[in-house]
Amino acid sequence: MRRKITIAIIIIVCFLLQTTLFKALSFATISPNLLIVIVSAFGFMRGKKEGLFIGFFCGLLMDIFYGDILGFYALIYMYIGYCNGFFRKIFFPEEIKLPMILISVSDLTCNVLVYFFLFLFRRRFDFGYYFLKLMVPEFVYTILITIVLYFVLLKINQKLEKVEKRSTAKFV
Amino acid sequence: MRRIKRKSKFSLPSKYVLLVMTILCVAAMFLSLTKNLSGGPLNTVAGYIFIPMQEGINSVGTWISQKADNLKKLNDVMKENASLQGKVDELTQELSTIKLEQYDLENYRQLLALNQKYPSYKKVAANVIGKNSGNWFDTFVIDKGSKDGIKKDMNVIAGSGLVGIITDVGPNYAKVRSVIDDTNSVSGMDLNTSDNCIITGNLEKMNENQEIELSDLKDSANKVQVGDQIVTSYISDKYLQGILIGYVKSIKSDSNNITKSGTITPVVDFEHLQEVLVILNNKQNINSDSSSSSSTQTQQSTQSSTSTEVKSAN
Repeated sequence: MRRKITIAIIIIVCFLLQTTLFKALSFATISPNLLIVIVSAFGFMRGKKEGLFIGFFCGLLMDIFYGDILGFYALIYMYIGYCNGFFRKIFFPEEIKLPMILISVSDLTCNVLVYFFLFLFRRRFDFGYYFLKLMVPEFVYTILITIVLYFVLLKINQKLEKVEKRSTAKFV
Repeated sequence: MRRIKRKSKFSLPSKYVLLVMTILCVAAMFLSLTKNLSGGPLNTVAGYIFIPMQEGINSVGTWISQKADNLKKLNDVMKENASLQGKVDELTQELSTIKLEQYDLENYRQLLALNQKYPSYKKVAANVIGKNSGNWFDTFVIDKGSKDGIKKDMNVIAGSGLVGIITDVGPNYAKVRSVIDDTNSVSGMDLNTSDNCIITGNLEKMNENQEIELSDLKDSANKVQVGDQIVTSYISDKYLQGILIGYVKSIKSDSNNITKSGTITPVVDFEHLQEVLVILNNKQNINSDSSSSSSTQTQQSTQSSTSTEVKSAN
């Protein structure tokens, strides 16, 4: 329960920051994607199922407030969270390389999927332009934010795990 | 131990959970495409949770910038005269609030001037409280919703021209898709020559040159010039007629030699959009006011048929 409430608060805070503060701080109309960092990070820190649900709710939030089709972003984010869950086995908290790679791949995948489903089918064929001017800047910006945000998430998760371990030990 | 064991007995393997959730999402997408389903109770719940917080963040943001202003002014004054510190502090604070008020006043004056420009429609003013979290689309959320009389398909204006259209409404918020959004198209009209055209938002052109697309302009007399005003046309069942969209920036003949296409510069500054006006008259409502309900239906059907014609032509 404690975990659910904490994660809900993290998601809400990041969503609100992303739609207000980081839109104001955008460089050349590009702003970072905090939600993908959360989805991806909890995916490889906590496994497939938790990544799946966090992805679903993050995506649903975007669908409700900014999407056209209900369920589209929820589906994409859900699969990203789930796929990140496969890397839990090779994840070590001390190492930064794997999280960085996974988060950047997640961000790019998410954008490529959005381009594929919502742009390509409307005869916007200039993939090179969108890749260089939209996806890459967002990816760079997101990675810069990740360096800070990832450690915050890691610390929160470690604290939660410690508390959970203590409470299960109490029951046994 | 038993407790943990029992818990794990009931939990589904993650791939089945994934399957169930995928089906749920696909069903939601299918329903929202076919039945025009839009959140419903989800909208209400999310609206009551998030909108107050978004408004809060905005007010905190303005509060911080206000404080920052105060501090900056204070520093300047301290350099000039340390003995008059107390007095100056008071005065600076007063000054900043007055400045803020004046800023508001100017904003309201602008809104009022706009009011006189489109006198026949009822409007409600709203603040922009959040922008699309991705970088692909240009939609935003305003702080007025169905409680203030806003409905789907109402037009949104700001400054001197068209901003966009309401695509979804919650009790205390509404989603707006702007004219420059990549998926948006409006039927436009050249004000000088009354030639019709289609205005389509374009992410690429907007990012590069702050312009959007103009296409299917039938200008057989060759009279459309750069700098002409483009307004919303009468061939639309959603957009009210005669709202300024932008000015023609470039124009060239298409390869079929019948139509022309080009770009227009939108009049609204979408980058710094803070306050907007929502026109509370739907185009359908205006029609039903002037004629009986049966004729409205036929009118609507003819309108929708014309709009489909436009689409197919596009």
